[in-house]
Amino acid sequence: MHPVLRTVLQRLGLGVLTLLVVAVVIFSTLSFLPGGYAQNILGQGATPETVANFNHELGLDRPAPVRFAEWLGNIVLHADFGNSYAGLKGDIKRPVSSLIGPRFYNTFFLAAMAAVIAVPLALILGLLAALYRNSWFDRAVNAITLTTIASPEFFVAYVLMYFLAIKNRWFYSLSTVDVNTPFWEHVSKAALPALTMTLVIVAHMMRMTRASVISLLSSPYIEMAQLKGLSPGQVILRHALPNAWAPIATVIAFNLAYLVVGVVVVEVVFAYPGIGQLMVDSVSSRDMPVVQACALIFAATYILLNLIADIVAIVTNPRLLHPK
Amino acid sequence: MADNSRESSRVKGAALVEMRNVVIDGYSGETWHPIVKGIDLTLKRGEVLGLIGESGAGKSTLGLASMGYARPGCRITSGSITFDGIDLTKASKAEKRALWGSRIAYVAQSAAAAFNPAHRLMDQTVETAVTHAVMERGKAEADAKDLFGRLQLPNPGSIGHRFPHQVSGGQLQRAMTAMAMSCRPDLIIFDEPTTALDVTTQVEVLAAMRNIVEQFNTAAIYITHDLAVVAQMAHRIMVLRHGKLVEESETRQMLKSPKEEYTKSLWAVRALAKDESANDDVALEVRHVDAAYGNGFKVLDDVSIRVPRGRTVAVVGESGSGKSTTARVITGLLPPTKGEILFNGKALPPRLQDRDRDTLRRIQMIYQSADTALNPRQKVRDIIGRPLEFYLGLTGEKKDKRIEELLNAIELNGSYADRLPSELSGGQKQRVSIARALAAEPELIICDEVTSALDQIVQEEILHLLMRLQKDTNVTYLFITHDIATVRAIADEIVVMNKGKVVQQGLKSKVLNPPFPAYTELLLSSVPQMDPDWLTGLLAKRKAAT
Repeated sequence: MHPVLRTVLQRLGLGVLTLLVVAVVIFSTLSFLPGGYAQNILGQGATPETVANFNHELGLDRPAPVRFAEWLGNIVLHADFGNSYAGLKGDIKRPVSSLIGPRFYNTFFLAAMAAVIAVPLALILGLLAALYRNSWFDRAVNAITLTTIASPEFFVAYVLMYFLAIKNRWFYSLSTVDVNTPFWEHVSKAALPALTMTLVIVAHMMRMTRASVISLLSSPYIEMAQLKGLSPGQVILRHALPNAWAPIATVIAFNLAYLVVGVVVVEVVFAYPGIGQLMVDSVSSRDMPVVQACALIFAATYILLNLIADIVAIVTNPRLLHPK
Repeated sequence: MADNSRESSRVKGAALVEMRNVVIDGYSGETWHPIVKGIDLTLKRGEVLGLIGESGAGKSTLGLASMGYARPGCRITSGSITFDGIDLTKASKAEKRALWGSRIAYVAQSAAAAFNPAHRLMDQTVETAVTHAVMERGKAEADAKDLFGRLQLPNPGSIGHRFPHQVSGGQLQRAMTAMAMSCRPDLIIFDEPTTALDVTTQVEVLAAMRNIVEQFNTAAIYITHDLAVVAQMAHRIMVLRHGKLVEESETRQMLKSPKEEYTKSLWAVRALAKDESANDDVALEVRHVDAAYGNGFKVLDDVSIRVPRGRTVAVVGESGSGKSTTARVITGLLPPTKGEILFNGKALPPRLQDRDRDTLRRIQMIYQSADTALNPRQKVRDIIGRPLEFYLGLTGEKKDKRIEELLNAIELNGSYADRLPSELSGGQKQRVSIARALAAEPELIICDEVTSALDQIVQEEILHLLMRLQKDTNVTYLFITHDIATVRAIADEIVVMNKGKVVQQGLKSKVLNPPFPAYTELLLSSVPQMDPDWLTGLLAKRKAAT
């Protein structure tokens, strides 16, 4: 078997194992949360008997390991995340997947939009900053991106909203979309949140690109490339960048994961129906099946993106890709 | 016009590079100070000029300046540098880029580091020609294959498809020469191109480089610290020291009758020779030892070595011969998979962890790079004091007194005790390493390439010191080296190793004189001699033999 394939499979296996550990952690920590769904919905005046009855109806009176095994078993065997507590009324059930599905699509849509803008922008800015290092350009890019990352997300969001949606009516200030919103309308409605996210994540990726390219510039092969008469741009693009992908990919993966799991503030500001809002709502109502499903999806996102970063690191390293 | 003038100066004998009173500054310790202090250099078309000197002589800096390049942290302060009528000190960056690669090419010291690990050899070889629009890609590739063939690379048609880590150091160095040749430059700067290679590999690379430079009548500046190597390559030699010219003359003239004392000192170690003496009392015996690293790759195969007490046994071999691994096995860092090690007739526990403190004390090591072997944050006093405390339990005044004795023994006075390693020269650092080993009052010291990173004169001093200490304390040395001159200088017995096996062990006079086993013959004949005809003669002899 090709060593790269073996490494990828190894990582994939480790990823599944991590996910299992995460599932245990999520399930057990959530059961430590004070109060339960029953207490929350029935209010403070509920008698212990009604709470117990309610819990029995939800199946919450069974031991935790049993519930965990059932929950995990349904996910693995039937891709079934269970039913939301909130929808349980007699025979009507609201499967968690139907709740999460559209929300997750929205979040993914927004993340993809932000990534499409932010990743190329960060790479180009990072490379230019490395090329013109210590120039006014380098300093300006650093200062601006640091400012946007240092400001709270909601602040960036409101500033953008004020200038781009209120002062100049270029964008929608509210991003109310639903399943029936056409694609391009969705794009234009999600533009401001995507721009906000871009400003939040671009600094990290750009600075890593700059730093990892510059760290290579003292290598003998860079001097060699210069002495072959290549222009500074060619030296950086052809000789430094191909050796710098591994750390850059790691940081990009980290930031892409953040786009999926860390967007709740931006969603709230723009009233965008994403998965972050759903999760916060579910936590406050103790709707555990939804919370667990969200947490598991977040964990899977992190693991998957980091796996991709690892693969990029392997594929861009000829020593690993083409062993002796 | 430009083409015209270029044609006219194509004539052999016309000056190609003229440097007048060149001063180059380097930046360190927050100030600029001169590295090259006013040197004149003239190079004619088709001529090979050798620049020789020790570390810090400014030879690389001067060589690079001849292409109008100063490394980061250096600047060409004054003087003029003209290349074929173009003043490189006034040329713009773009003008210099147009020359670099196409008319002036550079071959770096370590090809392994100077090739980009991310690209295939072919892509890097043709890059210059394609970027400068000298040739289109297809033609450049065909030409590169031709050059690979001329440089005697194996499989010239397909080797370009490989990545740098997939070929050996000697092959990389030849590939880099092909890369430099790709635009048929007027001038190539060879910056210590064979220093990182084994001697047997060096012969092939030197021959290939000399051959191709002659074929295309390329002028070259050959930078090295090894006079014997440069004698094979250069028509004329300039000796540099501390950024100044010491002596300049035709190669044969220089070797026959060097004018300056300093020039003679450049082969100081070669002049050393110790009389051997035998001893039947064996201090250390390695018996039929096999060793392997984690991946199961066998690095030592049935190695047996006898080290007589109070004598020096030199272990010679090329990189990968297993000589350093032998040291690791003796010290217990790498337990052998088979065989045993007897010390004073008793078997040593194979693992370092199982040896008691007194056994550890009796075997000490000195390493190649004192820079990395000394803790940069400890003062000399603490570096030497630690084994005194650890092994001998000395403290307070006794310890201080012993530290001073040891410093005297290595010919440094007591004032050095409170210095940090960064405040010492390379030779002084190596002396401190020796003192640290001596502090434990060992019976055996394993010296792993201890002089390889040092200049000739310093090497000579260190070797003298080691020999004197042996006379004073009757300590036994196992001296690992790849340098035959060093062996001649210090050894009583010699062990020749190749590919994890012992080829030969015996008294120096026996090993260094015929009849030789095949490998010893190859190794000894590959050591460059102070004779400009050595390489030519050797190649002729080897050709006749096959």
